[in-house]
Amino acid sequence: MIFAAAAIAILVSLALAVVRALRGPTVFDRVLAGNTVGTLAILLLATYGFVTGRPEWLDIGIAYGFLNTISTLAVLKFFRHGDLAYDIDEKGDAS
Amino acid sequence: MIDVLVDAISGVFILSGGFFILVGAIGLARMPDLYTRMHAASVTETLGAGLLLIGLMMQAGFTLVTLKLVFLLLLLVFTGPMASHALAQAALHVGVKPVLAEDRRDRLDKPDGPGPKSGSEA
Amino acid sequence: MREVSLGLILFFFWLALSGHYTAFLISIGVITTVLCVVLARRMGALDSEGHPTQLFYQALTYWPWLAWEVVKSAWSVTKIILDPKLPISPTMTVVEGSQRTAVGLATYGNSITLTPGTITTLVEGNRLTVHALVRDGALDLEGGGMDQRVTQFEGRS
Repeated sequence: MIFAAAAIAILVSLALAVVRALRGPTVFDRVLAGNTVGTLAILLLATYGFVTGRPEWLDIGIAYGFLNTISTLAVLKFFRHGDLAYDIDEKGDAS
Repeated sequence: MIDVLVDAISGVFILSGGFFILVGAIGLARMPDLYTRMHAASVTETLGAGLLLIGLMMQAGFTLVTLKLVFLLLLLVFTGPMASHALAQAALHVGVKPVLAEDRRDRLDKPDGPGPKSGSEA
Repeated sequence: MREVSLGLILFFFWLALSGHYTAFLISIGVITTVLCVVLARRMGALDSEGHPTQLFYQALTYWPWLAWEVVKSAWSVTKIILDPKLPISPTMTVVEGSQRTAVGLATYGNSITLTPGTITTLVEGNRLTVHALVRDGALDLEGGGMDQRVTQFEGRS
């Protein structure tokens, strides 16, 4: 019951984050919303494991946590330099 | 008896975790610009996630599940600020202007500026 | 020394995620652990910066303190978000970190970012540019309480 309430709170938050991702206005707002959706998805996986009594979902949550961070950093690097292979040591930090 | 107590406390933790998650998401929708939205999102990522996961740990007791939840919490706590910092830095670098009430970035360069006491009149 | 501690951490991580304790799976785990440690060594990631074991004991008191700071500032941000008038006064400021090592400075920056209401946006030398949700948050940081706590955490190592 408590788990279900928490899961519903997370689902509502997910909806709000998706609204933010759709509205923007800048691309970084969307990245922020995407990152938040990722965090919420991890928490939802953990909570849902307890709702169904099968906490195996946590493994997926941990893997998703790593992926979430890496993908956020990769997307940010792309929008900052326009190039995923940009070498900051070689070309400096200028745009 | 003690089970009921642990159940009740973990229930409080889980529900308040859900509350703070929701608050963070509301802030994400309400705040006026990117940087202020990031503050709202970090409520979700720190306090909301922390309380929820601690509540779940109490439910699981001393099992592998609790250990995994600890890993999950550590993961969120260590990678969350990294992603936030990268996001803020990239946005500033590309030129997304923050809406500011006050800009104190030149604080340390002012002749009368240095020292932590300079701004304590408020 | 750091190799041993990293290996133990990785191996317990493996055990916790696996949950099946057969000889085959455990030996696979040992092989994976050794491979990871060798790889980390070759990358040069096993120094006082990549795997700061020297900070372990200080962390036992620093993290609870930080957790309490996070709770306090998250609560104040919550009140702001739920206030119908949305009383924010976004402020950007610079603070100087008094830490001597890169780990200490990174800890300071991350602690600032971790507490809701303040975000480190730029680190140049030991100057951190911080965006704060309300003016008081920025002034609080300029006061240097957290800076001193992090320097204390960093210790004499």
